[in-house]
Amino acid sequence: MADNIATDLSAAGPGAVGARVPRRGARTGPVAEAVLIPLGALVVSLLLFGAFVATARVNPLDVYRYMVIGSAGSWFSFQNTLTRASPLILTALCTALPAQTGLMIIGGEGAFVIGGLAAIAAGLPVAGAPPVVVQLVMACVGMGAGAAWIAMAGALRHWRGVNETISTLLLTYIGIALLNHMVEGVMRDPASLNKPSSYALPDADMISLIPGTEVHWGLVYGIAFCVVAYILMFHTTFGFAARMVGGNPRAARLAGLPVGRIILAVTALGGAAAGLAGMVEVAAVQGRASATLAAGYGYTGILVAFIARQNPLAVIPVALLFGGIGASGGLLQRRLDLPDASVLVLQGIIFVVILASETLFGRFRIFRQRER
Amino acid sequence: MSHHIVVPRRTVLAGLGGTALASSLPLGIARAASDAVVGFIYVGPRDDFGYNQSHAEGAAALKKMEGVKVVEEERIPETVQVEQTMESMINLDGAGLLFPTSFGYFDPYILKEATKYPKVRFEHAGGLWTDKDPKNIGSYFGYIFEAQYINGIVAGYASKSGKLGFVAAKPIPQVLQNINAFTLGAKLVNPKATTQLIFTGDWSLPVKEAEATNSMVDQGIDVITMHVDSPKVVVQTAAQRGAMICGYHCSQAKLAPEAYLTGAEWNWTGLYPKFVSMWMKGESIPNFYRGAFKEGLIKQSPYGPKVSDEARKRADDVKAKLTAADYVIFKGPLQDNTGKTVVAAGSELIQTNATDEQLESMHFLVDGVMGSLPA
Repeated sequence: MADNIATDLSAAGPGAVGARVPRRGARTGPVAEAVLIPLGALVVSLLLFGAFVATARVNPLDVYRYMVIGSAGSWFSFQNTLTRASPLILTALCTALPAQTGLMIIGGEGAFVIGGLAAIAAGLPVAGAPPVVVQLVMACVGMGAGAAWIAMAGALRHWRGVNETISTLLLTYIGIALLNHMVEGVMRDPASLNKPSSYALPDADMISLIPGTEVHWGLVYGIAFCVVAYILMFHTTFGFAARMVGGNPRAARLAGLPVGRIILAVTALGGAAAGLAGMVEVAAVQGRASATLAAGYGYTGILVAFIARQNPLAVIPVALLFGGIGASGGLLQRRLDLPDASVLVLQGIIFVVILASETLFGRFRIFRQRER
Repeated sequence: MSHHIVVPRRTVLAGLGGTALASSLPLGIARAASDAVVGFIYVGPRDDFGYNQSHAEGAAALKKMEGVKVVEEERIPETVQVEQTMESMINLDGAGLLFPTSFGYFDPYILKEATKYPKVRFEHAGGLWTDKDPKNIGSYFGYIFEAQYINGIVAGYASKSGKLGFVAAKPIPQVLQNINAFTLGAKLVNPKATTQLIFTGDWSLPVKEAEATNSMVDQGIDVITMHVDSPKVVVQTAAQRGAMICGYHCSQAKLAPEAYLTGAEWNWTGLYPKFVSMWMKGESIPNFYRGAFKEGLIKQSPYGPKVSDEARKRADDVKAKLTAADYVIFKGPLQDNTGKTVVAAGSELIQTNATDEQLESMHFLVDGVMGSLPA
């Protein structure tokens, strides 16, 4: 019962774009509704994309076929999808978690690079210790740095009334500038002549691959983070309080909730997720910090969070979807000679159609069987 | 839970239709087995009038070759994505030779893939290969600053104010070599010439590049060159403001036919067909291949209408000497712009000497450059 009220509150939160007014009787079959409406929207997006590529005189059926081959047509393709999805799962949480308290955070990219930078800064001095220790130190410091980064925006919002969307956007520029400053300055490996980078993490300390696959453990960290975040947000008192802040901060304050602390905690949690993604990028993929840490994972994460309707569990399949689109995008370029931007067009279409489909919630009588 | 979830009939039908459609699609990959597949990977758009286009022009030259199939992917960042793209080209397209063209693709991505796929040949632009690295990697690069030196000579003649501008991305050795060579070229023909230097901070920052160009023209600078990934913005902005341009990476003459003087270009259209035919014949391509005019790795854009006969003659003359490997650009005594001697009298930094420490890790600005380096 408490759960249902809370759902309604969070759905009406100022942060949820396209927030719906809870309707009476919209409670039966919510899972079916929450799954089928976005799926329908996805199908519509693919049809629209098909029409778009047809204008470029490319057969839409070829496009769909290559999308399947490129993203899930073979074990190789599927692993390609998983690898690409892995950072997005974590960066999406940086937007999705604070959204539960009504905050619109778009600074995942900044927390990502700061997390990666802090992780390598902490990992290098302890390199040589058992890999587990090195990775643990790196993960803790990376998450801590990301948490502090986004919590700054939470604090500014709560105590100074600074719009968190603007502040996180600007913090991202600062974060990337700081990264460049450090890897081109004090942290620079003098041997990295034409690509300024930090010293490299020894191979032994790198995060390994999941046995039997080509996918690193970062994927598992991401999924675990999502599950924990979901339980925290939807099955604990803290989560209930957080979503109440999102629903109506004044009411929450009147009810005696520590709004400031909750905002800090949730923004820190979101930042920690992006910081962990940055740490994984350094410790599993790049091995060192350089300007290429800022590759846009943080920005794509925003898109993933919105399409997942800010639900931590839904982030996982949506990130897979985006991983798959990315994985098949290359094949579209190579086989059909479509420009790389066509993948961006598809992402844009999905984004718009899914947001538009939010207005359909509660409109289908079929999902409200019980009231009849 | 006594009720069950009811799904609208239309949704079910749509779902079934979708499944039927998906299962009727042939998932096999049809490809003529006889073609040798060569893959190209670019870090930016391949029509950027810059670095990526120079490589795409090389790829276009391969498409004309018999029995060669070229597959391309653009805008691939220097992350795990390039690894995935390489594997995808190998696994799904059957590529046997890859040209991942961005400098930052080398470590760790190409190193990793080359170990994993020892039968695939990797050719990387950057000249980073060392003895320790896998033998199926080749790394090539051109000493393009020789062409920037020619740019400098032409600019020195063309400039009325003697004030030149250089829009640069980052203070790394390759960029500094270009800035210094350009300045020395200009000073060869006009000892009073100066080069105003502006670093934008990254390879592709169009807004900053435009701002830098505008502020240079405001200061009375009348010839501008650059080292950024895509010179397009600098070229167009400078031309609009009435300044002249020396290009970089590939020819930007089309963007500013009147104002374009000449340019330092990569000659991948010359190199790639050579490499690919060697590879197809089973000959070994050198693991480490560097050079400049002499080796045909770089070329000079044709002179524009504003280049005087005197300038043409002087530039051609120096270029001929460079082509004959009979000319040294960084020759002592050479002072940096703080008055410190960086190349002692009597010593030379031979430009094609890949082991020359001072050249490879260049960290100074010659006298005449207005700007400074981070410590």
